[in-house]
Amino acid sequence: MDSIADMGGTQGWGPAQVPTDEPPFPEPWEGRSFALTVLTMGRISGRNLDAFRHALGRLHPVDYLVDGYYGRWLNAAELMLTDSTILAPGAVDARARRNRGEDVEEPAFPEPTRPDYRASAPGSLREVDQDPAFAVGDVVRTKDLHPEGPTKLPRYLRRRTGTVAAVRPPHVLPDTHAVFAGENPQHVYTVAFPSTELWGPDAEPFTLHAEVFESYLETR
Amino acid sequence: MTDAPSDRLSPALRTEALEQLLVERELVDPTVMDTFISTYERDVGPLNGARVVARAWTDAEYRAWLLRDGTAAIKDLGYGGPQGEHMVVLEQTEDVHHVVVCTLCSCYPWPVLGLPPSWYKDPAYRAGMVRTPRRTLREMGLEVPEGREIQVWDSSAEVRYLVLPRRPAGTDGLDAEALAALVTRDAMVGVAEVAAP
Repeated sequence: MDSIADMGGTQGWGPAQVPTDEPPFPEPWEGRSFALTVLTMGRISGRNLDAFRHALGRLHPVDYLVDGYYGRWLNAAELMLTDSTILAPGAVDARARRNRGEDVEEPAFPEPTRPDYRASAPGSLREVDQDPAFAVGDVVRTKDLHPEGPTKLPRYLRRRTGTVAAVRPPHVLPDTHAVFAGENPQHVYTVAFPSTELWGPDAEPFTLHAEVFESYLETR
Repeated sequence: MTDAPSDRLSPALRTEALEQLLVERELVDPTVMDTFISTYERDVGPLNGARVVARAWTDAEYRAWLLRDGTAAIKDLGYGGPQGEHMVVLEQTEDVHHVVVCTLCSCYPWPVLGLPPSWYKDPAYRAGMVRTPRRTLREMGLEVPEGREIQVWDSSAEVRYLVLPRRPAGTDGLDAEALAALVTRDAMVGVAEVAAP
Protein backbone atom coordinates (compact mmCIF):
# COMPACT_ATOMS: atom_id res chain seq x y z
CA MET A 1 0.00 0.00 0.00
CA ASP A 2 1.06 3.61 -0.50
CA SER A 3 1.23 4.62 3.14
CA ILE A 4 2.27 7.71 5.04
CA ALA A 5 5.25 5.66 6.27
CA ASP A 6 6.70 5.49 2.74
CA MET A 7 8.44 8.88 2.87
CA GLY A 8 11.41 8.57 0.52
CA GLY A 9 11.67 11.60 -1.75
CA THR A 10 8.47 13.28 -0.57
CA GLN A 11 8.72 17.04 -0.22
CA GLY A 12 7.47 19.80 2.02
CA TRP A 13 8.90 18.66 5.37
CA GLY A 14 11.30 21.58 5.73
CA PRO A 15 15.01 21.32 6.51
CA ALA A 16 16.52 18.33 8.30
CA GLN A 17 17.27 18.78 12.00
CA VAL A 18 20.73 19.72 13.20
CA PRO A 19 21.76 16.80 15.46
CA THR A 20 21.93 17.49 19.18
CA ASP A 21 22.69 15.40 22.22
CA GLU A 22 19.51 13.86 23.53
CA PRO A 23 18.60 10.98 25.82
CA PRO A 24 16.96 7.88 24.22
CA PHE A 25 13.63 8.83 25.80
CA PRO A 26 13.34 12.61 26.28
CA GLU A 27 10.01 12.13 28.10
CA PRO A 28 9.14 9.24 30.45
CA TRP A 29 6.06 8.21 28.44
CA GLU A 30 8.28 7.55 25.43
CA GLY A 31 10.19 4.86 27.29
CA ARG A 32 6.91 3.33 28.52
CA SER A 33 5.50 3.38 24.98
CA PHE A 34 8.67 1.77 23.63
CA ALA A 35 8.60 -1.04 26.19
CA LEU A 36 4.84 -1.60 25.91
CA THR A 37 5.06 -1.84 22.14
CA VAL A 38 7.99 -4.25 22.05
CA LEU A 39 6.44 -6.48 24.70
CA THR A 40 2.93 -6.54 23.30
CA MET A 41 4.20 -7.09 19.77
CA GLY A 42 5.83 -10.27 21.02
CA ARG A 43 2.84 -11.42 23.04
CA ILE A 44 0.15 -11.00 20.47
CA SER A 45 1.87 -12.14 17.34
CA GLY A 46 4.97 -14.23 17.96
CA ARG A 47 7.33 -11.30 17.51
CA ASN A 48 6.07 -10.42 14.07
CA LEU A 49 8.03 -7.25 13.43
CA ASP A 50 6.57 -6.97 9.94
CA ALA A 51 3.03 -6.92 11.33
CA PHE A 52 4.06 -4.05 13.59
CA ARG A 53 5.53 -2.11 10.67
CA HIS A 54 2.36 -2.77 8.68
CA ALA A 55 0.32 -1.44 11.60
CA LEU A 56 2.43 1.74 11.49
CA GLY A 57 1.74 2.02 7.76
CA ARG A 58 -2.02 1.59 8.26
CA LEU A 59 -2.30 4.48 10.72
CA HIS A 60 -4.16 7.60 9.70
CA PRO A 61 -1.51 10.13 8.65
CA VAL A 62 -2.42 12.35 11.58
CA ASP A 63 -1.98 9.47 14.03
CA TYR A 64 1.33 8.66 12.36
CA LEU A 65 2.73 12.17 12.65
CA VAL A 66 1.13 14.11 15.46
CA ASP A 67 2.80 12.57 18.52
CA GLY A 68 6.16 11.72 17.00
CA TYR A 69 7.97 8.40 16.90
CA TYR A 70 6.87 6.79 20.15
CA GLY A 71 3.41 8.26 19.64
CA ARG A 72 3.11 6.31 16.39
CA TRP A 73 4.47 3.22 18.15
CA LEU A 74 1.74 3.57 20.75
CA ASN A 75 -0.93 3.97 18.07
CA ALA A 76 0.36 0.98 16.09
CA ALA A 77 0.46 -1.17 19.25
CA GLU A 78 -3.13 -0.22 19.98
CA LEU A 79 -4.11 -1.09 16.40
CA MET A 80 -2.48 -4.54 16.71
CA LEU A 81 -4.20 -5.11 20.05
CA THR A 82 -7.61 -4.17 18.68
CA ASP A 83 -6.98 -6.27 15.52
CA SER A 84 -6.47 -9.30 17.72
CA THR A 85 -9.36 -8.19 20.01
CA ILE A 86 -7.19 -8.15 23.09
CA LEU A 87 -8.54 -4.63 23.53
CA ALA A 88 -11.87 -3.20 22.41
CA PRO A 89 -11.77 -0.19 20.07
CA GLY A 90 -11.80 2.97 22.18
CA ALA A 91 -10.62 1.19 25.34
CA VAL A 92 -7.42 3.22 25.63
CA ASP A 93 -9.13 6.57 25.12
CA ALA A 94 -11.90 5.66 27.58
CA ARG A 95 -9.41 4.70 30.27
CA ALA A 96 -7.35 7.84 29.68
CA ARG A 97 -10.47 10.02 30.00
CA ARG A 98 -11.52 8.27 33.21
CA ASN A 99 -8.00 8.81 34.57
CA ARG A 100 -8.36 12.54 34.03
CA GLY A 101 -11.73 12.62 35.75
CA GLU A 102 -14.25 12.32 32.92
CA ASP A 103 -17.34 10.18 33.49
CA VAL A 104 -16.87 7.79 30.56
CA GLU A 105 -17.94 4.18 30.33
CA GLU A 106 -15.19 1.73 29.40
CA PRO A 107 -15.86 -1.06 26.87
CA ALA A 108 -15.66 -4.61 28.21
CA PHE A 109 -12.57 -6.68 27.44
CA PRO A 110 -13.41 -8.77 24.34
CA GLU A 111 -12.49 -12.41 23.76
CA PRO A 112 -8.98 -12.41 22.21
CA THR A 113 -8.59 -13.71 18.67
CA ARG A 114 -4.88 -13.42 18.30
CA PRO A 115 -3.37 -14.74 15.05
CA ASP A 116 -2.51 -18.44 15.01
CA TYR A 117 1.13 -17.85 14.19
CA ARG A 118 4.54 -18.96 15.33
CA ALA A 119 7.82 -17.95 13.66
CA SER A 120 9.81 -20.87 12.24
CA ALA A 121 13.02 -19.37 13.67
CA PRO A 122 14.10 -16.21 15.53
CA GLY A 123 14.66 -13.04 13.55
CA SER A 124 13.94 -12.37 9.88
CA LEU A 125 16.73 -14.26 8.09
CA ARG A 126 16.09 -17.74 6.68
CA GLU A 127 17.66 -20.24 4.30
CA VAL A 128 16.09 -21.08 0.96
CA ASP A 129 16.77 -24.05 -1.32
CA GLN A 130 16.80 -22.36 -4.70
CA ASP A 131 19.76 -20.34 -5.96
CA PRO A 132 19.52 -16.56 -6.24
CA ALA A 133 18.03 -15.49 -9.58
CA PHE A 134 20.43 -12.56 -9.86
CA ALA A 135 24.14 -12.04 -9.31
CA VAL A 136 26.34 -9.06 -8.49
CA GLY A 137 26.63 -6.88 -11.59
CA ASP A 138 23.30 -7.90 -13.11
CA VAL A 139 21.16 -5.06 -14.44
CA VAL A 140 17.67 -5.37 -12.92
CA ARG A 141 14.43 -3.45 -13.01
CA THR A 142 11.89 -3.05 -10.21
CA LYS A 143 8.36 -4.07 -11.14
CA ASP A 144 5.33 -1.82 -11.31
CA LEU A 145 3.85 -3.12 -8.05
CA HIS A 146 0.87 -1.47 -6.34
CA PRO A 147 -0.37 -3.99 -3.77
CA GLU A 148 -3.24 -3.15 -1.41
CA GLY A 149 -1.33 -4.85 1.38
CA PRO A 150 2.18 -4.42 2.79
CA THR A 151 5.29 -4.13 0.62
CA LYS A 152 8.90 -3.15 1.21
CA LEU A 153 9.34 -1.68 -2.24
CA PRO A 154 9.31 2.08 -1.67
CA ARG A 155 7.24 4.14 -4.11
CA TYR A 156 10.29 6.03 -5.30
CA LEU A 157 11.89 2.76 -6.44
CA ARG A 158 9.05 1.45 -8.64
CA ARG A 159 9.93 0.87 -12.33
CA ARG A 160 13.56 1.83 -11.84
CA THR A 161 16.66 0.23 -13.35
CA GLY A 162 19.71 -0.50 -11.22
CA THR A 163 22.62 -2.88 -10.75
CA VAL A 164 22.88 -5.65 -8.17
CA ALA A 165 25.61 -4.58 -5.73
CA ALA A 166 25.33 -7.47 -3.23
CA VAL A 167 23.36 -10.64 -2.61
CA ARG A 168 22.20 -10.65 1.03
CA PRO A 169 20.95 -13.53 3.17
CA PRO A 170 17.34 -14.53 2.38
CA HIS A 171 14.64 -12.82 4.44
CA VAL A 172 11.05 -13.68 5.30
CA LEU A 173 8.82 -11.81 2.85
CA PRO A 174 7.06 -8.95 4.66
CA ASP A 175 4.27 -8.85 2.02
CA THR A 176 2.84 -12.11 3.39
CA HIS A 177 4.53 -12.32 6.78
CA ALA A 178 3.10 -8.99 7.97
CA VAL A 179 -0.44 -10.30 7.47
CA PHE A 180 0.28 -13.74 8.99
CA ALA A 181 0.05 -15.41 5.57
CA GLY A 182 3.39 -17.22 5.72
CA GLU A 183 7.11 -16.46 5.88
CA ASN A 184 7.82 -17.25 2.18
CA PRO A 185 11.57 -16.47 2.50
CA GLN A 186 13.22 -14.94 -0.56
CA HIS A 187 16.61 -13.81 -1.73
CA VAL A 188 17.31 -10.14 -1.07
CA TYR A 189 19.64 -7.94 -3.08
CA THR A 190 21.26 -4.60 -2.47
CA VAL A 191 20.63 -2.73 -5.71
CA ALA A 192 22.47 0.45 -6.73
CA PHE A 193 20.50 3.12 -8.62
CA PRO A 194 22.06 6.25 -10.15
CA SER A 195 20.29 9.35 -8.81
CA THR A 196 19.35 10.42 -12.33
CA GLU A 197 17.35 7.19 -12.74
CA LEU A 198 15.29 8.23 -9.70
CA TRP A 199 15.02 12.02 -9.92
CA GLY A 200 15.69 12.98 -13.50
CA PRO A 201 18.61 14.51 -15.38
CA ASP A 202 19.02 17.45 -12.99
CA ALA A 203 19.31 15.29 -9.86
CA GLU A 204 22.15 15.78 -7.40
CA PRO A 205 24.82 13.27 -8.42
CA PHE A 206 24.88 10.29 -6.03
CA THR A 207 24.24 6.56 -5.87
CA LEU A 208 21.25 5.19 -3.97
CA HIS A 209 21.41 1.67 -2.55
CA ALA A 210 18.40 -0.20 -1.23
CA GLU A 211 17.52 -3.77 -0.33
CA VAL A 212 15.08 -5.28 -2.81
CA PHE A 213 13.28 -8.63 -2.50
CA GLU A 214 13.68 -10.99 -5.43
CA SER A 215 9.98 -10.99 -6.37
CA TYR A 216 10.09 -7.19 -6.81
CA LEU A 217 12.70 -7.53 -9.56
CA GLU A 218 12.73 -8.51 -13.21
CA THR A 219 15.48 -8.77 -15.77
CA ARG A 220 15.70 -5.63 -17.72
CA MET B 1 -5.82 18.51 5.48
CA THR B 2 -7.38 16.62 8.32
CA ASP B 3 -6.89 18.43 11.58
CA ALA B 4 -6.11 16.63 14.80
CA PRO B 5 -9.17 16.93 17.04
CA SER B 6 -8.70 19.68 19.57
CA ASP B 7 -9.60 17.43 22.50
CA ARG B 8 -6.97 14.89 21.48
CA LEU B 9 -5.55 13.03 24.46
CA SER B 10 -1.84 13.45 25.05
CA PRO B 11 0.37 10.45 24.28
CA ALA B 12 1.47 10.46 27.93
CA LEU B 13 -2.14 9.93 29.08
CA ARG B 14 -2.79 7.30 26.44
CA THR B 15 0.43 5.43 27.26
CA GLU B 16 -0.52 5.37 30.92
CA ALA B 17 -3.99 4.04 30.01
CA LEU B 18 -2.62 1.32 27.74
CA GLU B 19 -0.16 0.20 30.41
CA GLN B 20 -2.95 -0.05 32.98
CA LEU B 21 -5.15 -2.11 30.65
CA LEU B 22 -2.38 -4.55 29.78
CA VAL B 23 -1.21 -4.90 33.37
CA GLU B 24 -4.79 -5.63 34.48
CA ARG B 25 -4.99 -8.39 31.87
CA GLU B 26 -1.60 -9.66 33.13
CA LEU B 27 -0.15 -9.28 29.64
CA VAL B 28 2.65 -6.97 30.75
CA ASP B 29 4.77 -6.83 33.88
CA PRO B 30 5.84 -3.25 34.71
CA THR B 31 9.15 -4.42 36.19
CA VAL B 32 10.01 -6.11 32.88
CA MET B 33 9.22 -2.82 31.16
CA ASP B 34 11.56 -1.00 33.56
CA THR B 35 14.37 -3.41 32.71
CA PHE B 36 13.77 -2.93 29.03
CA ILE B 37 13.84 0.86 29.33
CA SER B 38 16.99 0.95 31.43
CA THR B 39 18.78 -1.41 29.04
CA TYR B 40 18.36 1.07 26.21
CA GLU B 41 19.02 4.07 28.46
CA ARG B 42 22.23 2.69 29.97
CA ASP B 43 23.68 -0.38 28.25
CA VAL B 44 22.94 -0.27 24.53
CA GLY B 45 24.08 2.91 22.85
CA PRO B 46 26.58 4.47 20.45
CA LEU B 47 29.53 3.69 22.74
CA ASN B 48 29.26 0.10 21.47
CA GLY B 49 29.71 1.24 17.89
CA ALA B 50 32.50 3.62 18.94
CA ARG B 51 34.42 0.65 20.37
CA VAL B 52 34.02 -1.20 17.06
CA VAL B 53 35.34 1.82 15.16
CA ALA B 54 38.28 2.37 17.53
CA ARG B 55 39.25 -1.29 17.24
CA ALA B 56 39.16 -1.03 13.44
CA TRP B 57 41.33 2.10 13.58
CA THR B 58 43.98 0.36 15.68
CA ASP B 59 43.92 -3.21 14.31
CA ALA B 60 44.29 -3.66 10.54
CA GLU B 61 43.31 -7.31 10.66
CA TYR B 62 40.14 -6.53 12.58
CA ARG B 63 39.32 -3.72 10.16
CA ALA B 64 39.60 -6.09 7.19
CA TRP B 65 37.36 -8.64 8.94
CA LEU B 66 34.84 -5.93 9.88
CA LEU B 67 34.54 -4.77 6.26
CA ARG B 68 34.29 -8.35 4.98
CA ASP B 69 31.88 -9.78 7.59
CA GLY B 70 30.46 -7.02 9.76
CA THR B 71 28.08 -9.28 11.65
CA ALA B 72 30.81 -11.66 12.85
CA ALA B 73 33.40 -8.98 13.63
CA ILE B 74 30.87 -6.95 15.64
CA LYS B 75 29.65 -10.08 17.42
CA ASP B 76 33.28 -10.73 18.39
CA LEU B 77 33.18 -7.58 20.53
CA GLY B 78 29.97 -8.81 22.17
CA TYR B 79 27.38 -6.82 20.22
CA GLY B 80 24.42 -8.50 18.55
CA GLY B 81 20.68 -8.99 18.92
CA PRO B 82 17.53 -7.34 17.62
CA GLN B 83 18.06 -4.98 14.68
CA GLY B 84 21.59 -6.27 14.14
CA GLU B 85 20.96 -9.61 12.44
CA HIS B 86 23.01 -8.81 9.36
CA MET B 87 25.49 -5.96 9.73
CA VAL B 88 27.34 -4.32 6.86
CA VAL B 89 30.10 -1.78 7.51
CA LEU B 90 30.70 1.09 5.08
CA GLU B 91 34.14 2.69 5.03
CA GLN B 92 34.43 6.45 4.57
CA THR B 93 37.34 7.40 2.31
CA GLU B 94 38.81 10.50 0.68
CA ASP B 95 36.72 9.70 -2.40
CA VAL B 96 33.45 8.31 -1.04
CA HIS B 97 31.03 9.52 1.64
CA HIS B 98 28.43 7.03 2.88
CA VAL B 99 25.21 7.97 4.67
CA VAL B 100 22.46 5.69 6.01
CA VAL B 101 18.70 6.25 6.12
CA CYS B 102 15.46 4.28 6.43
CA THR B 103 12.69 5.79 4.30
CA LEU B 104 9.99 3.22 5.17
CA CYS B 105 10.34 3.31 8.97
CA SER B 106 13.36 4.25 11.05
CA CYS B 107 15.40 1.04 10.95
CA TYR B 108 18.68 1.51 12.78
CA PRO B 109 21.46 -0.80 14.05
CA TRP B 110 20.37 -1.00 17.70
CA PRO B 111 23.18 -3.26 19.03
CA VAL B 112 25.91 -0.81 18.01
CA LEU B 113 24.14 2.58 18.08
CA GLY B 114 21.21 2.15 20.48
CA LEU B 115 17.83 3.64 19.61
CA PRO B 116 17.64 6.18 16.79
CA PRO B 117 17.90 9.91 17.56
CA SER B 118 15.04 12.23 16.69
CA TRP B 119 16.67 13.69 13.55
CA TYR B 120 16.95 10.17 12.07
CA LYS B 121 13.22 9.55 12.62
CA ASP B 122 12.21 12.96 11.30
CA PRO B 123 10.31 13.03 7.97
CA ALA B 124 12.65 15.69 6.59
CA TYR B 125 15.61 13.29 6.95
CA ARG B 126 13.79 10.18 5.75
CA ALA B 127 12.39 12.00 2.72
CA GLY B 128 15.33 14.21 1.80
CA MET B 129 18.31 11.90 2.18
CA VAL B 130 17.33 9.76 -0.81
CA ARG B 131 16.58 12.75 -3.06
CA THR B 132 18.94 15.58 -2.18
CA PRO B 133 21.56 14.06 0.15
CA ARG B 134 24.17 16.77 -0.31
CA ARG B 135 21.64 19.47 0.53
CA THR B 136 20.24 17.45 3.46
CA LEU B 137 23.73 16.92 4.91
CA ARG B 138 24.41 20.64 4.54
CA GLU B 139 21.23 21.43 6.48
CA MET B 140 22.55 19.18 9.23
CA GLY B 141 25.90 20.96 9.32
CA LEU B 142 28.07 18.72 7.15
CA GLU B 143 29.57 20.08 3.94
CA VAL B 144 30.74 17.17 1.77
CA PRO B 145 33.57 18.31 -0.54
CA GLU B 146 32.42 18.69 -4.16
CA GLY B 147 34.77 16.00 -5.48
CA ARG B 148 33.67 13.39 -2.97
CA GLU B 149 31.04 10.96 -4.25
CA ILE B 150 27.97 10.42 -2.06
CA GLN B 151 26.52 6.95 -1.56
CA VAL B 152 23.17 6.69 0.23
CA TRP B 153 21.99 3.44 1.81
CA ASP B 154 18.23 3.06 2.35
CA SER B 155 17.74 0.25 4.93
CA SER B 156 14.65 -1.16 3.23
CA ALA B 157 14.93 -4.73 4.59
CA GLU B 158 16.86 -6.29 7.51
CA VAL B 159 20.42 -5.35 6.55
CA ARG B 160 21.73 -2.79 9.03
CA TYR B 161 24.60 -0.44 8.22
CA LEU B 162 27.38 1.00 10.37
CA VAL B 163 29.59 3.70 8.90
CA LEU B 164 33.31 3.44 9.66
CA PRO B 165 34.42 7.09 9.81
CA ARG B 166 37.85 8.30 8.78
CA ARG B 167 40.30 8.53 11.65
CA PRO B 168 41.11 12.18 12.31
CA ALA B 169 44.64 13.52 11.98
CA GLY B 170 46.67 14.01 15.12
CA THR B 171 45.46 10.89 16.90
CA ASP B 172 48.48 8.64 16.35
CA GLY B 173 49.36 8.51 20.02
CA LEU B 174 45.89 7.59 21.23
CA ASP B 175 44.89 4.09 22.32
CA ALA B 176 41.59 2.43 21.41
CA GLU B 177 39.81 3.69 24.53
CA ALA B 178 40.79 7.31 23.91
CA LEU B 179 39.86 6.97 20.24
CA ALA B 180 36.44 5.51 21.08
CA ALA B 181 35.70 8.63 23.11
CA LEU B 182 36.10 10.72 19.96
CA VAL B 183 33.67 8.70 17.81
CA THR B 184 30.15 10.10 17.63
CA ARG B 185 26.82 8.49 16.79
CA ASP B 186 26.37 11.02 13.97
CA ALA B 187 29.66 10.00 12.32
CA MET B 188 28.62 6.33 12.45
CA VAL B 189 25.44 7.13 10.47
CA GLY B 190 27.34 9.37 8.05
CA VAL B 191 25.94 12.81 8.88
CA ALA B 192 29.15 14.06 10.52
CA GLU B 193 32.91 13.51 10.49
CA VAL B 194 34.92 12.61 13.58
CA ALA B 195 36.64 15.78 14.78
CA ALA B 196 40.27 15.80 15.86
CA PRO B 197 40.72 16.05 19.66
